[in-house]
Amino acid sequence: MSVSELFEEAYTGLKSLFVGLGITGKAFCQPQVTVIYPKQEVDNLSTFRGHVELVGKEDDPSVPRCVACGACVKACPSDCLSILCPVPVKEGQEDAPVAMGPAPQKGSKTPGAVFVDFALCSLCGQCAKTCPVDSLRFSDNPYMVALDRKEFRIDLMARLKRQAEEA
Amino acid sequence: MSPDLLSFDHPLTRLVVGLLCVFAFVGLNGLVLVWVERKVAGHVQLRPGPLHVGPYGLLQPIVDAVKLVGKQLAMPAGADKYLYWAAPLLAFAPVTVCFLPLPFDPNLAPMRLNIGLVLILAFSGLGVLSLILAGWGSNNKWGLLGAARAVAQSVAYEVPLLLAVMSVAITAGSLDLYEITSQQGGWPWQWYGVQNPLAFFIFLVCAVAETNRAPFDLPEAESELTAGFHTEYSGMGFGLFFLAEYANMIVVSGVAAALFLGGWQGPFLSGILWFLVKVYAILLLMIWMRWTYPRVRFDQLLNLSWKWLTPLAIIDLALVVIIKGIGG
Repeated sequence: MSVSELFEEAYTGLKSLFVGLGITGKAFCQPQVTVIYPKQEVDNLSTFRGHVELVGKEDDPSVPRCVACGACVKACPSDCLSILCPVPVKEGQEDAPVAMGPAPQKGSKTPGAVFVDFALCSLCGQCAKTCPVDSLRFSDNPYMVALDRKEFRIDLMARLKRQAEEA
Repeated sequence: MSPDLLSFDHPLTRLVVGLLCVFAFVGLNGLVLVWVERKVAGHVQLRPGPLHVGPYGLLQPIVDAVKLVGKQLAMPAGADKYLYWAAPLLAFAPVTVCFLPLPFDPNLAPMRLNIGLVLILAFSGLGVLSLILAGWGSNNKWGLLGAARAVAQSVAYEVPLLLAVMSVAITAGSLDLYEITSQQGGWPWQWYGVQNPLAFFIFLVCAVAETNRAPFDLPEAESELTAGFHTEYSGMGFGLFFLAEYANMIVVSGVAAALFLGGWQGPFLSGILWFLVKVYAILLLMIWMRWTYPRVRFDQLLNLSWKWLTPLAIIDLALVVIIKGIGG
C-alpha cells in the first residue's frame, strides 16, 4: 500500500466517523416511534393482520356473506377454522333434533356457526384468499390477551353480530 | 510544627474529607450518567428510554442500584478467592484517587499537587491491573480472553495518551493541573485543545480506549465474550466495575477539560459550572460515540494505535518542543 493510498484510507475513515455521528445525532432529535401502550394506542392498523373475521352482507351486516362451502376450512394449513351447518334431515326422522356437521352440508347456504382457533392460526391468509365470496378478512384487533388458551377459540358469528350492533 | 489533625490544613484531614466528597460526587454522577446513557441510547434508536420509574425514568438508576446491592455475590468453582474479590475493589479504589488533583474551580480542588497529572496517569494505569486480576481470577475462558485483550489494549493506548498529555505539559511547562488550567484563557482560542487539536484528538481517542468503552470495549465485548473480564461477577461485584467505568469516564473527561478546554475558565458563569459543563460535554460525546460506532476488531485497534496515533503523537510532541524552543 502506497503512502497516498494510506492517507486516502485514513481520510475516508475519519470522514465516515463524522457521517456516523451525524446520522445518530439526527436520529436523536427525531420524534420517537415507540407507542407507550396503556397511555397511547397504535393507529396504523390498516395493514395489521389480526385473527380472521367474517364480512357481513351489504344489506344486512349481521349476516355473513359466507355460503358455507367449506373451502376455507380445506385451505387452512393449521386446521384452525371450523364451519358448522345443520345436517340434512333423513326421511322418517323429521322429529329428531337437528344435528350440526362440518360444512358443506346439502341444502344449507349459510353457516350455522363459524369458529377460528387463534391459538393455532399462523396468519397465513390462505382462508381469506380462497373464499369465493370474500367473506373472510383480517381483523384489526392487536390487543389479544387471555388467561386460557380456550378463549382464543373465537365465535365469529357472534363477533359479526356484535359488530353489526355497534355500527 | 505540624498542624493539628482536626484542622483543615492537615494533609490527612484534607485527604479524608476530599475522598468523602469524591465518593459522593462519583456516586451521584454515576447515577446521573447511567440515566443519561440509557436516555441517549433510547433517543438515538427512536425509543424513549427509561420512562416509568419516576418522572422521565429519573429514578431508574436508583432502583437498579438497589437491585444490584440486593443480589447475591457468587463465585465460580475453581476461582482464585483473593484475586477474584480484590479485582472489583482494585477497579474502583484507584479511580477515586484520580479525582484528588482535578481542579474543579480555582478554589476547589480536593488536593493541589504539583505532579497531579502523573498521579492521575499512574492510578488510571492501575485500573487495567484490576481487569487482568478479574479475568485471571474468574477461572473462566471468556474472562481470561477479556483480560488478555485488556493488556494488549492498555499497552497500545497508554503510549499515545502519554505523548499527547506530555505535549500539553511541555507547552504549559507544568504537571500541575491547576497551573496548566490557569495558563489557558476563558475563550476557545486560548485553549490548548484549539491550539493543539491533534493532541486533543489523540487524547480523546485514547481516553475512550482507556475507559474500555465502545468502540474500544474489547475486554468486555458482549457479543464475543459474554461480558469478558466481568462475566462471572454478580451483584455489587459487577456494580463496582460498572461504577468504576463511569468514574473513569468522569476522570478522563475532567482531565480533558482541564488540559484542553481551559478547565474552569470561561466567561459569565462561575468556575465550577464551566468545569462541569465542559466535563459533561465530553461525557455526552463519549456516550454519543458509543451508540454510533460498531466495535473495532482487535487488529484494527492495534493498527490504529501503533501505526497512526503513536507516530502522530510523536510528531506532535516534536513540533511542540520545537515551537517551545524557538518561542523560548
